[in-house]
Amino acid sequence: MKLPALQQNCNNRRSNSFRATGPLDSSADGAFKSPAALFWLVLHGLCCLISLVLGFRFSRLIFFLLFSTTTTTTNLYTAAPILRTTADIAETLTFQTPPSSPSPLNLDTQSNQTSLSNSSSHVVVGRHGIRIRPWPHPNPSEVMTAHRIIERVQKEQRLQYGIKNRKTLIVITPTYVRTFQTLHLTGLIHSLMLVPYDLVWIVVEAGGTSNETADLLAKSGLRTIHIGFDNRMPIAWEDRHRMEARMRLHALRIVREQRLDGIVMFADDSNMHSMELFDEIQSVKWIGAVSIGILAHSGNSDESSLLSQKVEDEENLPVPIQGPACNSSGQLVGWHTFNSLPYVGKSATNIGDRATVLPRKLEWAGFVLNSKLIWKEAEDKPEWVQDLDTLAGDGDELESPLAFLKDTSFVEPLGSCGRKVMLWWLRVEARADSKFPLGWIIDPPLEITVPAKRTPWPDAPPELPSNEKTNDIQEHTEQRRAKTRVSRSRHGSRSKRKHESKIADSQLSGRHTEEK
Amino acid sequence: MRSVIVLWGLPNAGSAGDVLEDDPVGRLKVFVYELPSKYNKKILQKDPRCLTHMFAAEIFMHRFLLSSPVRTLNPEEADWFYTPVYTTCDLTPNGLPLPFKSPRMMRSAIQLISSNWPYWNRTEGANHFFVVPHDFGACFHYQEEKAIERGILPLLQRATLVQTFGQRNHVCLNEGSITIPPYAPPQKMQAHLISPDTPRSIFVYFRGLFYDVGNDPEGGYYARGARASVWENFKDNPLFDISTEHPTTYYEDMQRVVFCLCPLGWAPWSPRLVEGVIFGCIPVIIADDIVLPFADAIPWEEIGVFVAEKDVPNLDTILTSIPPEVILRKQRLLANPSMKQAMLFPQPAQPGDAFHQILNGLARKLPHHKSIFLRPGEKFLNWTAGPVGDLKPW
Repeated sequence: MKLPALQQNCNNRRSNSFRATGPLDSSADGAFKSPAALFWLVLHGLCCLISLVLGFRFSRLIFFLLFSTTTTTTNLYTAAPILRTTADIAETLTFQTPPSSPSPLNLDTQSNQTSLSNSSSHVVVGRHGIRIRPWPHPNPSEVMTAHRIIERVQKEQRLQYGIKNRKTLIVITPTYVRTFQTLHLTGLIHSLMLVPYDLVWIVVEAGGTSNETADLLAKSGLRTIHIGFDNRMPIAWEDRHRMEARMRLHALRIVREQRLDGIVMFADDSNMHSMELFDEIQSVKWIGAVSIGILAHSGNSDESSLLSQKVEDEENLPVPIQGPACNSSGQLVGWHTFNSLPYVGKSATNIGDRATVLPRKLEWAGFVLNSKLIWKEAEDKPEWVQDLDTLAGDGDELESPLAFLKDTSFVEPLGSCGRKVMLWWLRVEARADSKFPLGWIIDPPLEITVPAKRTPWPDAPPELPSNEKTNDIQEHTEQRRAKTRVSRSRHGSRSKRKHESKIADSQLSGRHTEEK
Repeated sequence: MRSVIVLWGLPNAGSAGDVLEDDPVGRLKVFVYELPSKYNKKILQKDPRCLTHMFAAEIFMHRFLLSSPVRTLNPEEADWFYTPVYTTCDLTPNGLPLPFKSPRMMRSAIQLISSNWPYWNRTEGANHFFVVPHDFGACFHYQEEKAIERGILPLLQRATLVQTFGQRNHVCLNEGSITIPPYAPPQKMQAHLISPDTPRSIFVYFRGLFYDVGNDPEGGYYARGARASVWENFKDNPLFDISTEHPTTYYEDMQRVVFCLCPLGWAPWSPRLVEGVIFGCIPVIIADDIVLPFADAIPWEEIGVFVAEKDVPNLDTILTSIPPEVILRKQRLLANPSMKQAMLFPQPAQPGDAFHQILNGLARKLPHHKSIFLRPGEKFLNWTAGPVGDLKPW
């Protein structure tokens, strides 16, 4: 490896110097070969051979020794203490070569010229050293300064080109403690943490405030108002939808009491929000509507039903959209709602059922309000809005924010008149009686082994021990994923691993008891 | 006449030299010599790549002058004379121009104009200008030592040279030359503009060679070792996004950058400067003694950051020690649309663009001193000077 590299180096240098060598070039041009040129050529070849044998650039050494005195008039670049060239051909000795071209005959004219230009210019033609500082790693405080600079630049960019009047967002979320709460709420927390505007998050929890929810909210670092709602969340979907509407009204009363200023949006914990949504709703004046993509999945694991679903999908929209409908001139003319006819009789009644969960006619999540609409007294509150107190007393429910309006034509359609979907509605829940480790910390460790073989779990009665329930949930989620063989084997292997660790655990505990 | 581009439509963002907005029309008159097409059209027909490479300014300048209001058909009233000879259009298969025939071509063109019109002989070219956008201008060689050895073509000693190369106290830069930016395709760059509120998240950016492995594998020659030094010192630094890749998102990336490195290569100038100005990243110029385009009209010191080649190992310290207010100010100046316009050669020409800046530069040199007109018997140019090979007819 070394020798061919050297040879290549030699060749390159030859070609290099061939390009650069004055007399050789002009010899090609004008066809005169002085004995001096020939002599230098021979010497050059000799140096190449010696370099091949020795392993370093012999010619450089010669030049350095010969010409170091004559070229001291030129600026010698002083290198950093450790100086390397990239072609580290094993133990190549690196020399601080004088700034001279490889062609020696040129040197005299060169040094003359460079010394002339040197009197006023710093720049010199020729081979220079490559400066490398001894500790090339970044200084951490400089890195921090750079990040601060970037932040400042971005802030300036936002001021210059971003949205001018930035209003606080008031996000209202109804929630309750259940298996899937951590999953949904974590997703929502992360979305809200990315929002570049000021945020107030009102979390209404059914069944009173709980420590689990409070822990989750505390980790988010967002400004939250965590309030409890006394009734527990019912099991039937219909009842749950109604209860959530009441919880949202409860939160709106907080907005009214505290006179929170900003834009109210309803973020359900299992919905998916894109960042563009938050930018878009900043432009609402009084009440706006956005299009929601309804992800009404079917909980059915049957292949055939899936196929039929696919056929249906090809005929209809791939994902049904709920939201404002506009005419060609961009005015609101009506509403797209979810077509629930295909699901009549097949929809889920209770939470955790393996059937399609249907949304309501118009979901709350698709509306955003200016908080002044909720206030008791506001200066420019329009007359086409009804007061919250007159509309709904305590405990009443509203179907959708449209009930606030006497005239629904004042709704502003957002997201290029509802054409852009920035929000997706999804309801995924485990069975209402499913148990999960508190705070998702497994304590004490699981002891019972479960066979890895894939047995179909019937709707198990609640008496089964806790870890088997977690498998149940795992199965639910398995079925909801796409049915491919690969994924199945992946699940199989995962449970196998769990199985092994469980066996190990049980063996350990077994041994323990034996020792005792 | 306001020179504001509708395309960018930015809010008023600082002013940087109202000289940029001068209108040359009415301040000078240019006469364009009619040369046989073997000097211009035929060469272009042979290789149309000349219209898109970074030396295309010579062709577009010719086209601009032909239809510009400063053009006059009466040579007696002309202040400046332009010779349309495309010396940088003899391309290798790779697209790099070969300068070996250029001296002969230029010489032949000058012989033609001096014999067919009397205006050259009146001043020996002192009121003529030529566009020589090659690596080292009118030295007509890509290799610096050879270029220095040749020097500027003797016949062009008295003429004004419009060139991209600029380095102080260098043989290939005459006093009074006008430095211009290299050609960068305006439509291509505009097609890649992204929304200005995309946050700038890259601190330092560079795409290009650090070692020219074909010609200088060890380094130290290419870029005087500066690019190699950048690589060796900062290749592991997370703040520096530098590599030799050719990403398809190069233009979009530059709009997400705070600092763009513009180090020298074989010659000190590069299209990166133009790209940096268009895309709003602060150019970090690493080229000692470089003369930047339109230096008398554009305040480069206030827009860019100059780093001496010997300070490259401390580049990160230098860049992070710039106070944020200074950085914001530079970005505001860069956002000025007239700055961006001055770097471009759009087709058709727009007010305030590089063509107009060249004419402004020529106008600033007027009126000519009467001493440029030769008295009877006076002779400055030596028609037989230069290497023997140059004297062969073209």
